[in-house]
Amino acid sequence: MLTYLLRRLILVLPVAFGVSVICFLLVQIAPGDPLTAIMPVDATAEEQSAMRAAYGLDKPLPVQYAIWIGNLVQGDMGKSIATGRPVAAEVFGAVQNSLLLAVSAAVIAFPIGIFLGFLAGYFRDIWIDRAVTAVSIAGVSVPNYWLGIVLVIIFSVNLGWLPSMGAGPGGSSEWQWNWLHMRHLILPAVTLAVVPIGIVARTVRALAGDILTQDFVQALYAKGMSRADVLRHVARNAAATALSVMGLQLGYLLGGSILIETVFNWPGSGFLLSNAIFQRDLPLLQGTILVLALFFVAMNLIVDVAQAAIDPRIQRT
Amino acid sequence: MTVSNAIEVRDLTVWFGSGTERSDAVKRATFSVAEGGSFGLVGESGSGKSTILRAIAGLVPTWSGEMTVAGEPLGRKRSPAFYKKVQMVFQDPYGSLHPRQTVDRVLSEAMQLHGLTDIDRRIARLLEDVGLGTGFRFRYPHQLSGGQRQRVAIARALAPEPKILLLDEPTSALDVSVQAEILNLLADLRRERALTYVMVSHDLGVVGHLCERAAVMQQGEIVEVVTVESLRTGAVTQDYTRHLLASAIASAR
Ligand SMILES: Nc1ncnc2c1ncn2[C@@H]1O[C@H](COP(=O)(O)OP(=O)(O)O)[C@@H](O)[C@H]1O
Ligand SMILES: [Mg+2]
Repeated sequence: MLTYLLRRLILVLPVAFGVSVICFLLVQIAPGDPLTAIMPVDATAEEQSAMRAAYGLDKPLPVQYAIWIGNLVQGDMGKSIATGRPVAAEVFGAVQNSLLLAVSAAVIAFPIGIFLGFLAGYFRDIWIDRAVTAVSIAGVSVPNYWLGIVLVIIFSVNLGWLPSMGAGPGGSSEWQWNWLHMRHLILPAVTLAVVPIGIVARTVRALAGDILTQDFVQALYAKGMSRADVLRHVARNAAATALSVMGLQLGYLLGGSILIETVFNWPGSGFLLSNAIFQRDLPLLQGTILVLALFFVAMNLIVDVAQAAIDPRIQRT
Repeated sequence: MTVSNAIEVRDLTVWFGSGTERSDAVKRATFSVAEGGSFGLVGESGSGKSTILRAIAGLVPTWSGEMTVAGEPLGRKRSPAFYKKVQMVFQDPYGSLHPRQTVDRVLSEAMQLHGLTDIDRRIARLLEDVGLGTGFRFRYPHQLSGGQRQRVAIARALAPEPKILLLDEPTSALDVSVQAEILNLLADLRRERALTYVMVSHDLGVVGHLCERAAVMQQGEIVEVVTVESLRTGAVTQDYTRHLLASAIASAR
C-alpha cells in the first residue's frame, strides 16, 4: 500500500507540470493585452514598455514561465494587476470560501443521493424507482443558476427568511461559524446540491441494481443471511465506485460553481475567476485556474487511493 | 420402515412477472428425493431447472404448490434453521463469490451466521476437505482459478454443516479436466458426510456420474422421472428424453 501511495504521488508530478504549463499558456494565448486594462488610454509607448518590464511581460515565454514557477514554489503567485494585492492571499481566501460552499453542498447532496439511489436500485422498476429517476433527471437538467434565482425570489424576496447575497452580514467575506454567517450559506449550498443529488442518485441506483442481481448476493441469502446484512454487503460493494463519483463531484462543485457564486455574490474562487476574467487580471487568473486545477488533481489522487484501499481487486503495486 | 424423504415437491408452479406479463417458469413439478439420495434435474437451457432450486432455497417468492424438507412444509420465508440444513452451490463461481471477501471471511461468516464455534480449526479442516489446503485461506476470489473458486463455493455451502446441497450446474462453467475433479470431490463429500443432493445439469453425463434418479424437464414441465440405469440402457418412455439421450450421445462422439 505504501509503495502504491508513493508511486501515485510521483505520478502526480508530471500531471502537475502539464497543468502548470497549460495554465501559463492559456492566459498567454488569450486575446488582448492585460496592460490595456490598467494603463491610462493616453499612455505613451515608453510608459507601456516600462510597465511591461515591471511585470516581466517583455521577456521570452520560457523565461517568463521559469520565473513564474520559481516564484510559485515559494508561495509567491505575483500581484493582482487590478488590486495590487498578492494573488496567493486572494486565491486562498476565495478557495476557502468555495471549499466551504462545496463541502456544504456535498454534505447535503451525498446522503440524499445515496439514499434515493439505493431506494430506487432496490425497488427497481416500480413506482419508487420511477419517482427517484424523475427527481434525479430533474435535478440534473434544471439549470441551477435559474433555480438559485427562484429560491432567492421565494426565500429572500417574498418570505424574507434568508439573505441572498454574500457570505456574511454587510457583505463581509470573513467567514465565522455563527448563525449570522451560516444563514448566508443555506441558499447557495442547497442550490449547488441539486445536480450532485441527481448524479449520485443515478450512479448508486445503477450500482445497487447491478450488484443486487449478481449471484453472490443470492449466495448471501442462500447462506441464511438476513436482508439487512445482505444490504450492508451490497452497500460496501457499491462504495468503491460511488466514492469515486462523489470525489469527482466534489471537484466539480469546487470549480464549477462560478454561476452560483455569481448569483449569490459568494466570495469564492468562481466569483474571483469571473472578476479576474472581466478585469483581464492575468496573474490572478493564472493563479486561480492553477489552484483549482491542482485541487482537481489532488481530488483524483485521493479518490484513487481510497478506492484501492477498500477494493482488493484493484492492484496496489 | 420406509426411508423418509429429504425433499418433497408437489405441484410446484413458479412464475415471474404478474398480470398479463406473468410467465410460468415451472409448471406443476412433482418429485421427491430420499434421504441420502442424489437427484438430478436435466433439460435444455431455460427449461426451469435453476428456478426449481431457487424456489426450494427461498430465493423466488412467487410460487404455489407444496414443498417439504425433512417432512417440514416450507412457507414463504425460510428460517435460519432451514439454511443450516439446506445450502446451495451456484453455477458461476466467478459471480457467486463475494469479490471483496477473502476465503477466510466467506467461510467464517457462514459459520458465525449459524452459531458454530471453534471456527479457526473448522476452516482449516474444511479447506482440506475440499482439496484446497490452508494456503488458500487468505486469498481473494480474483486470485483463484475457476476450479479453486468452485471448491471455495462448495466449502462455503458446507460451512454450516448442512444435510442437503442444492447444486446448480456446479461444473458447467469449468474446463472439462477440472469438471471431473469437482464431480469426484462432490461424490466423495456426499459419501463422507451422508449428504442429500439435488443437482441441476444440462449434461446427462454429469447426472449419470453423480445421481441415482433424475427428472427430465422441458419448458417448465417434468416430462419424466427416470433412474440412471434406464438412462444408461435407453429404457426411457418419453420421446423428449430419447431426443436428449440421442443428442448427448452424438456430442460425446
Ligand atoms: N428472475 C427472473 N425473472 C424473469 N424470468 C426468469 C427469471 N429467472 C428465470 N426466468 C425465466 O424462467 C425460465 C427458466 O429459467 P431457468 O430456471 O434459469 O432455466 P434453466 O436453469 O433450466 O436453464 C426461463 O425462461 C427464464 O427466462
Ligand atoms: Mg440454470
